[in-house]
Amino acid sequence: MKKSANQSILSGDNIFRFALASCASLILLIVIGMIVVMTQNSWLSIERFGLGFLFGTVWDPIKGEFGALPFVYGTLVSSLLALLIATPLSIGVAVFLVEQAPKSLARPLAFLVELLAAIPSVVYGLWAIFVLAPLLRVYVQPVLQSSLGWLPFFKGSVTGLGMLTGGIILAIMITPIITAVVRDVLEAVPVTQREASLALGATHWETTKIVLANASSGIAGAVILGLGRAIGETMAITMVIGNRPKISASLFDPSYTIASVIANEFTEATGDLYLSALIEMCLILFVVTFIVNALAKLLILSVGRRTA
Amino acid sequence: MDRRRLTNSFATIVTAVCAFTVVGVLVAILGYISYKGASSLSWSFLVETPKPVGEGGGIGNAIVGSLIMLGLASIGGIPIGIAVGTYLAEMGDGWFGTTVRFVADAMIGIPSIVFGVFIYALVVLQQGYFSTLAGALALALIMIPIITRTTEEMTKLVPKSMREGALALGAPQWRVTLDIVIPAAMTGIATGVMLAVARVLGETAPLLFTAFGSRFYNIYLDEPMASLTVQIYNYAISPFDEWHEKAWAATMVLVAIILVINILTRYVTRKKY
Amino acid sequence: MASSKTSYFLTTVLIIGLAILPACFSGRQGKGNVVKMQGAGSSFISPLMQKWVHEFGFLNPDVKIDYQSIGSGGGIKQTKEKTIQFGATDVAMSDEDLKSAPGEIIHIPVILGAVVLTYNLEQVKVPIRFSPETIVDIFLGKITRWDDDRIKADNPGVELPDVNLIVVHRSDGSGTSAVFTNYLSKVSPEWKQKVGEGTSPSFPVGLGGKGNEGVTGQVKQTPNTIGYVELAYAVKNGMPVAEIKNSAGKFIVPSFESVTSAAAETLNDTPEDLRVSITNAAGADAYPISSYVYVIIYKNQPEEFIRKTLIDFLTWGINEGQKHARPLYYAPLPEGMVKRASAKIALVSGGTTPAGTLAAPSR
Repeated sequence: MKKSANQSILSGDNIFRFALASCASLILLIVIGMIVVMTQNSWLSIERFGLGFLFGTVWDPIKGEFGALPFVYGTLVSSLLALLIATPLSIGVAVFLVEQAPKSLARPLAFLVELLAAIPSVVYGLWAIFVLAPLLRVYVQPVLQSSLGWLPFFKGSVTGLGMLTGGIILAIMITPIITAVVRDVLEAVPVTQREASLALGATHWETTKIVLANASSGIAGAVILGLGRAIGETMAITMVIGNRPKISASLFDPSYTIASVIANEFTEATGDLYLSALIEMCLILFVVTFIVNALAKLLILSVGRRTA
Repeated sequence: MDRRRLTNSFATIVTAVCAFTVVGVLVAILGYISYKGASSLSWSFLVETPKPVGEGGGIGNAIVGSLIMLGLASIGGIPIGIAVGTYLAEMGDGWFGTTVRFVADAMIGIPSIVFGVFIYALVVLQQGYFSTLAGALALALIMIPIITRTTEEMTKLVPKSMREGALALGAPQWRVTLDIVIPAAMTGIATGVMLAVARVLGETAPLLFTAFGSRFYNIYLDEPMASLTVQIYNYAISPFDEWHEKAWAATMVLVAIILVINILTRYVTRKKY
Repeated sequence: MASSKTSYFLTTVLIIGLAILPACFSGRQGKGNVVKMQGAGSSFISPLMQKWVHEFGFLNPDVKIDYQSIGSGGGIKQTKEKTIQFGATDVAMSDEDLKSAPGEIIHIPVILGAVVLTYNLEQVKVPIRFSPETIVDIFLGKITRWDDDRIKADNPGVELPDVNLIVVHRSDGSGTSAVFTNYLSKVSPEWKQKVGEGTSPSFPVGLGGKGNEGVTGQVKQTPNTIGYVELAYAVKNGMPVAEIKNSAGKFIVPSFESVTSAAAETLNDTPEDLRVSITNAAGADAYPISSYVYVIIYKNQPEEFIRKTLIDFLTWGINEGQKHARPLYYAPLPEGMVKRASAKIALVSGGTTPAGTLAAPSR
């Protein structure tokens, strides 16, 4: 940003810049503050377990043994599953609403989809226990087990609760978020792009592909939002994922996420080591979110670049 | 030629199926909520305070509480969120911007209970009591990263030509951003705000440690405050059917409130040309 | 354009002004004689507490008490932090907890509850019976089918189906889990060594449900499951409740009488500070998985109106308040405990305790 010759320090631009930068610094300060406080409070656990905490598989508050691996696994797999289901679905919905549906249909439908974001997570959890889990237990899981049961993903007892159910309810929860943002992103791509493509003889779908590639940065942003929600979600997923800290390949088996264990055990945790282990989990969640966010962005941007 | 047309039709069908699946799930969930809760809806339910089991009662104070805390959180959260998002879009390419972006993105993934505990330690413990202000602060922290991310994305999408045109006319950078770029991205920013509002209106855990909850109508900032989600939570975890029905009815009210806020926001930020 | 910008600006100022206005006023201790108090803790006692604060509020319109369910551990923590005036907990505070508190805390038992075993086995129409050893083996994962010999031995003559048995336990920290594992530790040295007792036990097998309602929901929805919940949840959901063999050898149905009996039978062994575990109580009619719910308060209450309100409220609760217990599925305190709790409440004083006289809890 070049300053013109007669701009003083107190010019409108500089004040504006300063104001915005202060807000940005505020965010940085808050998060750094949180990280510092969390590290301080988890020091006891960090000292005791060291790196072993990341690879430990036992979570026993009574005996004082804590390990994060099953939770990291549960968080990653459930979020991944949710993204795998939700991203194509959301992009499909957004494309339908922006590119294909007539305006009269698109507006009310878009509204309805946004309404899904309005439902509190407790209600999603209750609906999942009373409707989704029995549905999966009676209709979906047996079918999957009989047809694809030779895959390690579909073994184990069929209860309707577990990783699969957790992943599906997360997918339902993040779909309206991703859809809403992708919709806005697609609408922002200038009409001229589409017209140029169509004028060259491309079909509607081929034009859409180009638009999507152009919008890949925005889509990445949408996915980050959805991913963040999935990783941090507690109430809904803890009601149906079975809450068992055990790593298992089968999607029918119960699992446990970092966010769930923090929410479940924080209020009742007594004892310094226990509390400090839970706060260390918060830190780990931070790190996991960082890494997964970076990976997701890279992935989508590279896909966008390749198709453009 | 035919294969391309086939792919085209196939794509249309697939996206339509996606859309109707999602809407189908929505209808299933909303239908379930209505089915479970409609019987408890009544005027007295909307204005009364909670009463013990078997004596009726309602969510009046919870509605007021949620709206007050939402309002307070928005006053802080929305401007800051938009400011940071704008900063990242317009000036955020250096190391500082990249760091802030990373950090803001990571913030989205933090479970809301962590923010609640943070504000609990910072505000509630210092003051020695639970308060509305603490609740609003926790909610604001949840809103900010969501609004930041959407604002950045939408602002980046405003075509360079608009900016360059204004600059060429001699407008200073800050005027360009404030008067041209942000209004152009307004619908997108509004989406971000809507998502953030829907998110915080549905949060329970952070409020339990900050605003606590109450069965009275409170309006002061240094008192505990009821909220719809905490009341839904209290009703839902009980063993009583009557309270379960109230939980569903309260959910209907919550969804309706978000719907109304949604409509209002869309109306206010509609493209006037 | 200028007019719309000014109007936006003015609206913003107006909204911010309206929001800041309440901040200029404090609502903390109400106008005139209104006394405001907050209590928090056990979610188990919440429905009864809501009834109590409501009824007491009718009799004393100047008193506004709020109670929020945040879990027994939360009740203990917030009491220690002094952000609330009283806590409620299903589990008595430990010695370390009491020592680390900034003042002497007293426990006042106010009501009784029962942890029951509920299950989903539609093929069996009669209540199933369990002996303590069978329960331990189920939750240790040693029994995996409903027609296991050990269950058959407890239920002679009952046709048990050949299906797998799925355990459901609590995933969140909870007083209910603490009471249940306390019972299991008493009846089984193996359980005590392998798992132990506490609010967040690491169960060897089973699905974790969130809250009593989560476990109830999971058991109700999933066939062949068994879980432990507070009595009210099983009854209100129309779910079967198991009969459990007590220390006298009788199979007992959880009921108000059998729970109050467990408390009455242990009165003689109850220590001075009233912290006692009444699981596996002696006595022919005692239900083995019963427990007190305690209200915890500081013995020294310097603020006159809070002290008076606490004393009045708690005294009312353990006397008149007991009649609200049964309709809500809580068991009332035995007469002997009402007397002892009243004596405890009378100890709440307003003078300052001289430094260094934090009495160690007596045993």
